[in-house]
Amino acid sequence: MIDFVRNVRLWFAPQRIREEGGTPDYRFSLANERTFLAWLRTALALIGGGFAVDQFLPDLRWGWRVGLALALLASGVLCALRAVNHWVRCERAMRRGEDLPVSRFPTVLSLAVAVVALAMVVVVLVGWAG
Amino acid sequence: MSAGRGRGSAGGAGRDPGLQPERTRLAWRRTTLACTVAAVLGGKSALHGGASAAGIAGSAVCFLLWLGFLLVAHHRIRTLATTARPPVLAPRHATAAALCTVALAVCATALVV
Repeated sequence: MIDFVRNVRLWFAPQRIREEGGTPDYRFSLANERTFLAWLRTALALIGGGFAVDQFLPDLRWGWRVGLALALLASGVLCALRAVNHWVRCERAMRRGEDLPVSRFPTVLSLAVAVVALAMVVVVLVGWAG
Repeated sequence: MSAGRGRGSAGGAGRDPGLQPERTRLAWRRTTLACTVAAVLGGKSALHGGASAAGIAGSAVCFLLWLGFLLVAHHRIRTLATTARPPVLAPRHATAAALCTVALAVCATALVV
């Protein structure tokens, strides 16, 4: 938790990253930036999915519709925040010459998306039956 | 979009054979496109129940967030296109881009509930 707070401070203070270690090859930094952007796109896609569930499934019961939309939106928010955090950690690890950080987040996100997809299948099947 | 690939980052000398700045630039473009799609969905969803004051305000917020993201992306794309050895992305800009995304989600939550 304290680590996380320190990372959050780094989000806003570029010079503090630059104080540590040596500057890595700019190509590695650019690759890190592209990874960050890919995660941001994932977050935007999840948020777009949340909007779409709300708008294109009007026949759904209120609880299901809002629940699914909120699940997608919440994972989008987590994904975006985690994207910055991971980018900062990778940048710092590269400057210090450490191993890149590993993370359980991709697994958690995959499981969350799988659960939402299963819920959608159930909703569609129940919708046909009822 | 593929037309941008042919151009070097800063003229002939010391050009990166891996085209890293170009690839990063295109990644920013793709991300802006994804943001556009999300913002358009948001604006459409805000104006769904007719053009009420709240709906117009919601779509205006979506538009402003999209504009903020566009500014960050444009700034970065210009830096990547004009310098031979592009500097590291400023954490401020990374945070700004992520916060625009988060704010879009918050706006969506307000619209959904």
